[in-house]
Amino acid sequence: MFRSDYDSDISIWSPQGRIHQIEYAMEAVKQGSASVGLKSKTHAVVAAVKRASSELGSNQQKVFRIDDHLAISMSGLTADGRVLTKYLRNECLNHKFVYEQPMPVSKLVVQLADKSQVHTQQSGRRPYGVGLLVIGYDENGPHLYETSPSGNYYDYKAQAIGNRFQSARTYLEKTYETFDDATPEELIRHSLLALRETVQTSSSSSSSTPNEGITSKNAVVAIVGRDQKLTIYENEELIPFLAGIETSGAAAGENTATSMEE
Amino acid sequence: MDSSYGLDLNKPLYDGRYSWFDHSKFGGTVYEPKPNDPSTRTTDPIVTGTSVLAVKYKGGVAIAADTLLSYGSLARFRDIRRIHKLNEHTIIGSSGEYSDFQYITRMLDDVVTDNHIADNNLQPMDPKSIFSYLSRVMYQRRNKQDPLYNNIVVAGYRNGESFLGSVDLLGTHYQDDHIATGFGDHIARPLLRNAYKPDLTKEEAVKLLEKCLTVLFYRDARAYYRVQICTIGEDGVNIAEPQVLQTDWSVGNVTYGYDGRRTALPQA
Amino acid sequence: MQTVEPVLACAPLPNVKEQGRFSPYTNNGGTVIAVAGKDFCVIAGDTRMSEGYSITSRNVSKVIQLTSKCVLASSGMQADIATLHKLLLIRLEQYKHQNGREMSTTSIAQLLGNTLYGKRFFPYYTFNVLGGVDDKGVGCAYSYDAVGSFERTPYSSSGTGQQLVQPLLDNQVAKKHQPNVLKVDVSAKEVEEFVRDAMTSAGERDIYTGDHVEVKTVTANGVVHQRFDLKFD
Repeated sequence: MFRSDYDSDISIWSPQGRIHQIEYAMEAVKQGSASVGLKSKTHAVVAAVKRASSELGSNQQKVFRIDDHLAISMSGLTADGRVLTKYLRNECLNHKFVYEQPMPVSKLVVQLADKSQVHTQQSGRRPYGVGLLVIGYDENGPHLYETSPSGNYYDYKAQAIGNRFQSARTYLEKTYETFDDATPEELIRHSLLALRETVQTSSSSSSSTPNEGITSKNAVVAIVGRDQKLTIYENEELIPFLAGIETSGAAAGENTATSMEE
Repeated sequence: MDSSYGLDLNKPLYDGRYSWFDHSKFGGTVYEPKPNDPSTRTTDPIVTGTSVLAVKYKGGVAIAADTLLSYGSLARFRDIRRIHKLNEHTIIGSSGEYSDFQYITRMLDDVVTDNHIADNNLQPMDPKSIFSYLSRVMYQRRNKQDPLYNNIVVAGYRNGESFLGSVDLLGTHYQDDHIATGFGDHIARPLLRNAYKPDLTKEEAVKLLEKCLTVLFYRDARAYYRVQICTIGEDGVNIAEPQVLQTDWSVGNVTYGYDGRRTALPQA
Repeated sequence: MQTVEPVLACAPLPNVKEQGRFSPYTNNGGTVIAVAGKDFCVIAGDTRMSEGYSITSRNVSKVIQLTSKCVLASSGMQADIATLHKLLLIRLEQYKHQNGREMSTTSIAQLLGNTLYGKRFFPYYTFNVLGGVDDKGVGCAYSYDAVGSFERTPYSSSGTGQQLVQPLLDNQVAKKHQPNVLKVDVSAKEVEEFVRDAMTSAGERDIYTGDHVEVKTVTANGVVHQRFDLKFD
């Protein structure tokens, strides 16, 4: 990155009308492994790559259950993401206590964005270094939102964030027109195929650990929809969905190993 | 003959609430707070509305109340609306302290607007949610020993489903097919229980409430003959203008001790 | 013509208006029972809600399923009961978020005790019985007072019908005062029938108990719900 005279504080503008600290925080999102989200008319799905610091360590947690109708997948600083997870879970429980109704997804996302925004305006604070894909199902159907450290939020049909998200997004842009009427199984498969685009092939890898593509060990999928409570698939549960994806891990892409840990 | 009907004329008629009225000049006493008295909030309601009645019918809910506000035994305000529309799906009616009800309507109007704005799809709030929210508020106020002195009836209709619930000043809340607050729970509720059936038509429901209100007017000294019978259902919200109940008091002329005109039992 | 002095229809009202004092408590009545068996527990409660001598509603639930292995039944003040139930559900959800599994029945028993004691100086006016199966799959029941004292018992009852029902439980479940009768294991079905009879008896004599009974039977496999009618008067 470039240093600037105007990037040392969150409350300092640059003469170009930018706040560099916020943009740096957005960069942190790209350092984390990728998350992919997409939805049909009835269901919403997120999937993510779970990195492991070494062969000896466990894989990080990327997807968190917020409520029976809500989940998030995070890219960026997981520690910040866990703070937000706690906040989101609390808001959902409070809403259920007061209104005896599940939290509407849009309302929750707006509250989260407002919370993030506060951290981009008050001196002495640091923006959250994490981007979230939020999926949920409520009265208005399935939802997929992206939230970012800047306090912006976006409603999507399909979206990818994190490391090499552009590759996954290219896949989604090519195929999204079929998503509307896709079955839950098809949605999950699309999410894994999109995710595969973000991991390198073992042949072209120069990183210390050879990359084996998308496997039941390093992937996680969550789905929620009409008449379906939130379900998270990990490890063995993922194997049926990975048929034909695991082996042909030939993702088109250049060779850029990221050593930055989340 | 004792013409005071049991009232002690040496005691003041009012109990110190008319602050401009100097009781001491008329031999009355006014309660003066002493330094070590415990602090109290509203200990009893002042300007009150009496019963609210409501019944579900096929495709909606009917809710009714009279237009009288009492000040103790004084009929203080005679054209006051105690039924309030919150949104396209919800109306509420109140018995008890009217100022507290005004506070509640202001609060709920705000809540409904805020939630309406917070939801990107601009869906009006669910009556169930409003009812739950109100229950929490009533309960929290009783926890603070500062209750809102009301019994609120929430009636709603949304997505083809009728809603009818009641909350009181303690936070006690329940849903039912028919509800009557206050004196109406004693007088009108048995009538409602007898007449209720799930396939009641709107017209039958309105007629039923009209009958209950009439019976209440005969027996509840705080009830009135100007009433509103409102509905919420398939055809939307209808906050009706006050109407006058048709009453028949002719029975009074043959009643012993009725208004002092007949002081003897009729001879056989 | 003979004249008669008019007579007041009711007693004269007190001349001095009493200073109204707000009481934050009321008892909405009802009876709850829990009976534990070898590998099950039956928990029951009626659905009547009263206010003074009025029945305000005939269908307000006192029994709530907390987990797949634990059911709580509470009588007393409805507003407090509803709040307590909601609060416990939230605490259990938070536990599930943190630990990835449901809280055990024995832990819930302690949690309820702590929750009640937390309001020791402005208590929840609730009388609880908790039932379910513990981690070993053994049926258990817990009995509470309003401020959180509790014990694990084979059976328990609470509420306005407690005085009527408890001696029945002592005699029929614990076989008290029956020196020649042996205690034998009973099936869930038998206990369900007995609990139903006990609630019917309470409904006969206690004006605050009636309308319907909800019976929940907990086993290691989950909770089965049943519903019966009581007297409607």
